[in-house]
Amino acid sequence: MVNFSIFIFQVFKLNLIFAGDLLRHKEHKLNKPRIYYFFMIQEIKVIERENVVIRFSGDSGDGMQLAGAIFSNLSAERGNYITTFPDYPAEIRAPHGTLSGVSGFQMQLGAKEVFTPGDKADVLIAMNPAALKVNAQFLKPDSVVIIDQDSFQKEDMGKAMFTTDDPFKELGITFVQVVAAPITQLCKEGLSGIADQKQAIRSRNIFALGLVCWLFNRPLQSAEKFLSEKFKKKPDILKANLLILQAGFNYGHNIHASVSTYRIETTPHKKGIYTDVNGNKATAYGLIAAAEKAGLPLFLGSYPITPATDIMQELAARKDLGVKVMQTEDEIAGICTAIGASFAGNLAATSTSGPGLALKSEAIGLAVMAEIPLVVVDVQRAGPSTGMPTKSEQTDLMQALYGRNGESPAMVMAAISPTDCFDSAFQASKIALEHMTPVILLTDGYIANGSSAWRIPDLDDYPEIKPPYVTPDMQNKWTPYLRNSENNVRYWAIPGTEGFTHRIGGLEKDYASGAISTDPLNHQKMVNARQVKIDKIADCIPLQEVWGDEDADVLVLGWGGTYGHLSEAVAKVRRAGGKVAFTHFRYIQPLPKNTAEIMRKYKKVLVIEQNTGQFAGYLRSKIGGFNPYQFNRIKGQPFLVSRLVEEINDLINSK
Amino acid sequence: MSEQTIYQAKDFKSAQLVRWCPGCGDFGVLSNLHKAMSQLGIAPHQTVVISGIGCSSRLTYYMNTYGFHTIHGRGAAIATGTKVANPQLSVWLATGDGDCLAIGGNHFIHAVRRNVDINILLMNNKIYGLTKGQYSPTSARGFVSKSSPYGTVEDPFRPAELTIGSRGTFFARTIDSDMKNSPEVMAAAAKHSGTSVVEIILNCVIFNDGINESITNRENRADKTIFLRHGEKMIYGKENNKGIVQDGFNLKAVTIGENGYTLNDILVHDAATSDPTLHLKLSLMDGDTLPVALGVIRDVEAPVYDRDMENQIEEVKNQTKVRNLNEFLKSGDTWEIK
Repeated sequence: MVNFSIFIFQVFKLNLIFAGDLLRHKEHKLNKPRIYYFFMIQEIKVIERENVVIRFSGDSGDGMQLAGAIFSNLSAERGNYITTFPDYPAEIRAPHGTLSGVSGFQMQLGAKEVFTPGDKADVLIAMNPAALKVNAQFLKPDSVVIIDQDSFQKEDMGKAMFTTDDPFKELGITFVQVVAAPITQLCKEGLSGIADQKQAIRSRNIFALGLVCWLFNRPLQSAEKFLSEKFKKKPDILKANLLILQAGFNYGHNIHASVSTYRIETTPHKKGIYTDVNGNKATAYGLIAAAEKAGLPLFLGSYPITPATDIMQELAARKDLGVKVMQTEDEIAGICTAIGASFAGNLAATSTSGPGLALKSEAIGLAVMAEIPLVVVDVQRAGPSTGMPTKSEQTDLMQALYGRNGESPAMVMAAISPTDCFDSAFQASKIALEHMTPVILLTDGYIANGSSAWRIPDLDDYPEIKPPYVTPDMQNKWTPYLRNSENNVRYWAIPGTEGFTHRIGGLEKDYASGAISTDPLNHQKMVNARQVKIDKIADCIPLQEVWGDEDADVLVLGWGGTYGHLSEAVAKVRRAGGKVAFTHFRYIQPLPKNTAEIMRKYKKVLVIEQNTGQFAGYLRSKIGGFNPYQFNRIKGQPFLVSRLVEEINDLINSK
Repeated sequence: MSEQTIYQAKDFKSAQLVRWCPGCGDFGVLSNLHKAMSQLGIAPHQTVVISGIGCSSRLTYYMNTYGFHTIHGRGAAIATGTKVANPQLSVWLATGDGDCLAIGGNHFIHAVRRNVDINILLMNNKIYGLTKGQYSPTSARGFVSKSSPYGTVEDPFRPAELTIGSRGTFFARTIDSDMKNSPEVMAAAAKHSGTSVVEIILNCVIFNDGINESITNRENRADKTIFLRHGEKMIYGKENNKGIVQDGFNLKAVTIGENGYTLNDILVHDAATSDPTLHLKLSLMDGDTLPVALGVIRDVEAPVYDRDMENQIEEVKNQTKVRNLNEFLKSGDTWEIK
């Protein structure tokens, strides 16, 4: 889906520990005989950047002042508060490409009033190595650096006094995201036959402007208006600049470049070796961990789709751990190769986003009917249709629960943070393998790309995974849909096992013999059996927990990737003296057994989600008489904690 | 081979009652497949038959092997996953013209392109039987059916052309009722490393009865078909006196001893040459002026996907010290909290 001519390095990020009174969770109540999936929920703090600092920099002839000024003006026009700081070199025209010739334009944009141009940059545009060198000191950890890779050639590096060919390493910058775009080349190509090379080189600043407009969701019309005024007497240059502005914007769009203006911080409080991980990588590692625990090979069938592609890429790189990955011809083949691999006895998974999940729905139905283990990861993005691929939402819940023909129950769960993607992928795999069912794991673009510090797990701390394999003594008594009466799970006979040849498939089968059947009573029995099998998974998942003031009137309720924002909002309300309880779901189908009990305990339940109320509706359908309050936003943006605080306080104070 | 044959056809036969229409060509395919498998020396429990949807895809249930009757068109993708996950298994795909070339066309061409070591039995009756008589992607232009009451206005796929166009390494053709040659052709497909496509010219007694009659009936068959064998001259006909020669850029059917053609002029079949040009020409012979080619038309060696994936994994593993996830994670950028 996406063709990159650039590379984005995700490099080691600084482990920041933010002070502050974090929400303290009560320890999980363990009910050991029944519950064998148990994981610590980490404390998380979401840093909302209400302000963002951007620094345009380049050679003094590169026109960075113009690009910066236009961007700050159009941001102001859109209602941002701004403070800017043009940072000219001392010389009017210092030697090209040298350190003394670097010109910069810094601005701070804020949702509220800002008083300074900012200390350090969240986004740096460096048009040459000298600009990078001069501005390295102004970079925040986790910032985004956009460079023109065409001007990072050997000669340019020499002018900026670099001695190696890796400027980032040489400067000790190890915690930024680099967007290396071939800006010069793209400008030349964009203006081929329209303007000369000289003009193409002069337009590089405008390309950068277009790219930054994409990153910050700025419509091009405002930039075009500023450019039109500036160049009204030079129609040829204006024409070239307008083309390049669009080219820069399109480039960002095409590579799905994204800047996170949020950072989720986990507070590490356990000794150990830590690394930095984003949700997609954590998902990939969770699958590998489960395969190791189960003693099975891991197979992933997948097709590139934003924002899920990183899962496939990470697993494709893990040949060192024996992972088999197929990049298939389409989404359907992604899941179907996984189904074939599952039938052959691998731990099989497919990864996708909403549109891909839609394409996979018939095949998920097959996995439901054939009762084979399968993990389907859906990294949700804004829809419907192509929607906004780089923006995050929680809008695939209904699709995951019900988007199939027939009565087709599958396990559905949702990861709640980047590092929780590891535990959730592990659990999804464990449940799929032990309960012979597809498990749909919902993550979202926000936690998939968001990263945080992560304690490298010791797999000894994780539970065993024991699929219900057939045993030799079952021979001659076994049929494909013979079930364990305790959990309604059928037994798994893997091709290659002597004495257990059998046929399964999408057609309804006889409960006892496993032969094709259209008998009405048998169908009813099999429909029930498949549902009961899923319902009984509830015996193996933890009870839902409530944090905060358990005796409050108001219960804040969420699910999946919004955990960080909701817990932060609840903590703020409580710090200010408000009384509120909080519960956050990661098991959705089946729901934890005590769900209804919790819902009935609170006078007012506020369900907060990034859709029009899918989980609230689902809970209504499951719990008679349940009628929650709702807060729903579908903007493709994370919640604002301040807005959530307001909503919670309003509900607390309402009669 | 005979000393390796430790299985009999009946070992591959399931207890399930076969439920095709009486006279259906699928019966022949099933029986020939049982025979072919018995010749391979591969145990039923090491054999997997996967199928999509359609009359032909029911075949899975009649095999005493591991079997997976899946969803419409996706058999090739599912079979691919099964083979890649466990290359030790002998994996077959039973499919029809609608399943394989219409709804499953994308999976078919990509399976062939990757050269996954699976054996595809393409039962081509040029009609949708299970849905009761609609034209298929192999139905001839102008074909009248329930969904084309005035005749189709589209050209069909020719499976050989699609296979070779997808860089296929094995293509063979046989007739459903040819009990003599079909097991041999199917066994050759199984022995080929890579994706094997066997097109089975099949008769649907209910909705498309007799469409292959001109080439399959006993009277015509010798003159209308030619059975190709690697390394042998392309000779056919009731009298065994007809042959195929090259005529400029084309192939031509001649009678040996007539118009100055001698046995020396007759082409010798080379199934193993990687250039597909003549294979394509041979496979497109349509029984009009040139006989329909049967037997193994193309059987060439090429890298095999599932094997190469395993080899690559081994190579990468040999170059690294990490043996598990924990070691891998600790080999990256880390810091310690004490």
